[in-house]
Amino acid sequence: MGEYLIRVPDAGEGIAEVELVEWHVKPGDPVQEDMILAAVMTDKATVEIPSPVSGTVKWLGGDIGDMLAVGADLARLEVVGAGNVAEAKSAADESPVAEPAPEVEPPAAPARAAGEEKKPAPPPPPTRPMPRAGEGPAPRSAGGLPRPLGEKPLAAPSVRRRASDAGIDLRRVRGTGPAGRIGHEDLDAYIRGAEETQPPGSRAPNTQVEEIRVIGLRRRIAERMAEAKRRVPHFSYVEEVDVTALEDLRAALNAGDAGRPRLTLLPFLVQAIVRAVADFPGINAQYDDEGDVIRRYGAVHAGIATQTPGGLTVPVVRHAEALDLWEIAAEIRRLADAARDGTATREELSGSTITITSLGPLGGIVSTPVINRPEVAIVGVNKIAIRPVWQNGGFVPRKIMNLSSSFDHRVVDGFDAASFIQKIRGYLETPATLFMEQ
Amino acid sequence: MAELNAKVLVIGGGPGGYVTAIRAGQLGLDTVVVDMGPVGGTCLNVGCIPSKALIEAAGAFHAASEDSRAVSPFGLSVEKPALDFRKTMEWKEGIVGRLTGGVASLLKRHKVRTIHGKATMRDGKTAVVETDTETVTIHAEHVVIAAGSVPVELPGLPFGGKVISSTGALALREVPKALAVVGAGYIGLELGMAYARLGSKVTVIEAIDRVLPGYDAELTRPLAKSLADLGVEVLLGARANGLGEDGDLVVTLTDGSARAIAAQKVLVAVGRRPRTDGWGLEGLDLAMTGPFVRIDERCATSMRNVWAVGDITGEPMLAHRAMAQGEMVAEIIAGARRSFEPLAIPAICFTSPEIVSVGVSPDAARDAGYEIITAHFPFAANGRALTRGSDEGMVRVVARADNHLVLGMAAVGHEVSELAGAFAMAIEMGARLEDLAAIIQAHPTQAEAIREVAARALGHPVHI
Repeated sequence: MGEYLIRVPDAGEGIAEVELVEWHVKPGDPVQEDMILAAVMTDKATVEIPSPVSGTVKWLGGDIGDMLAVGADLARLEVVGAGNVAEAKSAADESPVAEPAPEVEPPAAPARAAGEEKKPAPPPPPTRPMPRAGEGPAPRSAGGLPRPLGEKPLAAPSVRRRASDAGIDLRRVRGTGPAGRIGHEDLDAYIRGAEETQPPGSRAPNTQVEEIRVIGLRRRIAERMAEAKRRVPHFSYVEEVDVTALEDLRAALNAGDAGRPRLTLLPFLVQAIVRAVADFPGINAQYDDEGDVIRRYGAVHAGIATQTPGGLTVPVVRHAEALDLWEIAAEIRRLADAARDGTATREELSGSTITITSLGPLGGIVSTPVINRPEVAIVGVNKIAIRPVWQNGGFVPRKIMNLSSSFDHRVVDGFDAASFIQKIRGYLETPATLFMEQ
Repeated sequence: MAELNAKVLVIGGGPGGYVTAIRAGQLGLDTVVVDMGPVGGTCLNVGCIPSKALIEAAGAFHAASEDSRAVSPFGLSVEKPALDFRKTMEWKEGIVGRLTGGVASLLKRHKVRTIHGKATMRDGKTAVVETDTETVTIHAEHVVIAAGSVPVELPGLPFGGKVISSTGALALREVPKALAVVGAGYIGLELGMAYARLGSKVTVIEAIDRVLPGYDAELTRPLAKSLADLGVEVLLGARANGLGEDGDLVVTLTDGSARAIAAQKVLVAVGRRPRTDGWGLEGLDLAMTGPFVRIDERCATSMRNVWAVGDITGEPMLAHRAMAQGEMVAEIIAGARRSFEPLAIPAICFTSPEIVSVGVSPDAARDAGYEIITAHFPFAANGRALTRGSDEGMVRVVARADNHLVLGMAAVGHEVSELAGAFAMAIEMGARLEDLAAIIQAHPTQAEAIREVAARALGHPVHI
């Protein structure tokens, strides 16, 4: 029997570390060649790591949420034959596993320092001023917490055992005994209370705290959003757009050829942006603020912010300038589906030069979108509403939609931003101009 | 090569290991326990039990000797007693044999397979055991490491020849005329005092400035006096350097001067360390906490389904902690939800007088942020203590000032070790001072001091 070491593979694009997001195996599991061992996540996408050999899992190189360096030990398998450990050993030493992310200990179970066990752990110190000596426990009131926060519940060993068997956290149980001691009858009452539905009108404090580790996509979103807000001085600009004509056109086009994809408003907006950035090349750009370089792109790779079960992702319609309205519509639909079922590739989730965000009917009146760094602009779509508009001496009902956009004020001036949005507005209000040769 | 499969493999047959195995057997888990020697570990074979036997014999001999020297307070006079030390040791061995035999049959009754041999872990599920006759590979779903601890060796005084560990001190053929004890912890003092009472001239060498560093000064004060009465010389702040050419123990005293101590035996009792070598720890890649195997509150190590109990997991290195952990681990493996969260682990020092401590000391309670009340009750005011001819010592209680919850109880005095049960029960059951003061204790017993000390803490003692 030999040992086979599997390292974290290079996911490309110069990525130095990946986040472990899923284990498909545990120590002791038999694995076949090509069976998926784990999933790791890079900045852009999730990559599944298959086993190159058959064997038995002996050791796993991290917990879910850990950051692993490319080349670090991922898993060790016990295999028939010699394995690869002897030759892998020195290389593994050179690229040690990245420091795992600090784990947040739940407050309920504070880690005991080494040697602290020497003394039987006393209950934690009181966290609120205590009543006078000899006064005894505070009378039990109908509401409030069972005991001051952080105080260890007091219960005889048999009560603790019963609670443990029943999966009850004694911290949530009110003790009616001396010094707040929890007796069997308190536990009975708690169990009864949990079984019965709360009588109407009675309100009990819910002291439940659910801890959810921020890992995977959520961690990525959190990091990127914080980074964007920290580094980019945003300014937002909101303009209303009369989309009556556009909506008429859209309805007509959708009513026409049944073989074509149904058009939403987004393909029109992408087309408008493609045309507008021709006059404002500084807005279809990426600002590398570490290299002090602005890259203006000829191509328009339009990021479409998409809600997925795991959270927000931004699939990219590549080369929108080379696509017609229906091709854009088809591409948006395909990418949204891929993003939602998790099959979008890293390439499909990266490289946008400008981003569009739309919550559809939930679009509200105004939003303040966060720029998708290193881009410099994001255009948000608010909801369409029929509003009275003063036209030619009278009010007429018009379909009005706001565009809420944000720009990186370091490299985009307010005048240019406003002019850019006005240009888009022009295209959307007179949609025929979208189809004119430039 | 024989192959064996089991649900649970226990490495080590000491208090942690054999309790794990018995409980696992009771729960119907197919269990194998491996130990190099007889079951029972350090505790039964070379620790708790034989030392208590020796202490008992020494106490009886000492009492008789005292009575022969002068008429006892109640008028008893006896001839100078003689002790057949060989017989003492045989009696001790008999007790050990009864207990280890009992453990072996309990294991058997619960269908636990016991293998005597040297186990080496290959991975988290496999061990290879070298027995006298064959090599056995054991595959198990769960492994419980209960490898225990070994005496710490001093670089200048390696074990061998006249330098002995506690194990050696429990297997002497005769009472040494002079015994040097390096280390004034509980092991050094228990054995040192026993040999002093058996007639040895005992010198204790301790590096720090007080005896029994694990207990607070209030509790150790009567012991210092008792050591002096016994003629035990205690050198505090002194360092044992090694053996001189003539075989004397060379000690550097506080003032920097050197002193040679002539002794037939030098007992080195400077602590114990976890047994982290010799069973394949290096193959397991377990996370450690200092020298100990790191465990969580379920005794789970960093490897799934590898558990650890007892001395290998840290302080306090006490048999009863290991047993409680072992019982719990077996239940967890059987599917129960458990965690190891005792309020108090009793600690006892079987010196004369004995010291018992359960829960926290006054200082520890204050350090933990409590406002406390504390009280003492001296055995000089306890009738039973006086009739036993021993009025030294006291009982102490520490309670929260706000709700009178008892946080710690301790005692020093003649045979107070038996009070440990009452103390632990008070704390684990969540007693308040009012509870202790209201429980009727039998008269005349030393346990009356429990009621009195609680009443005193509440400001209404009757007998003082």
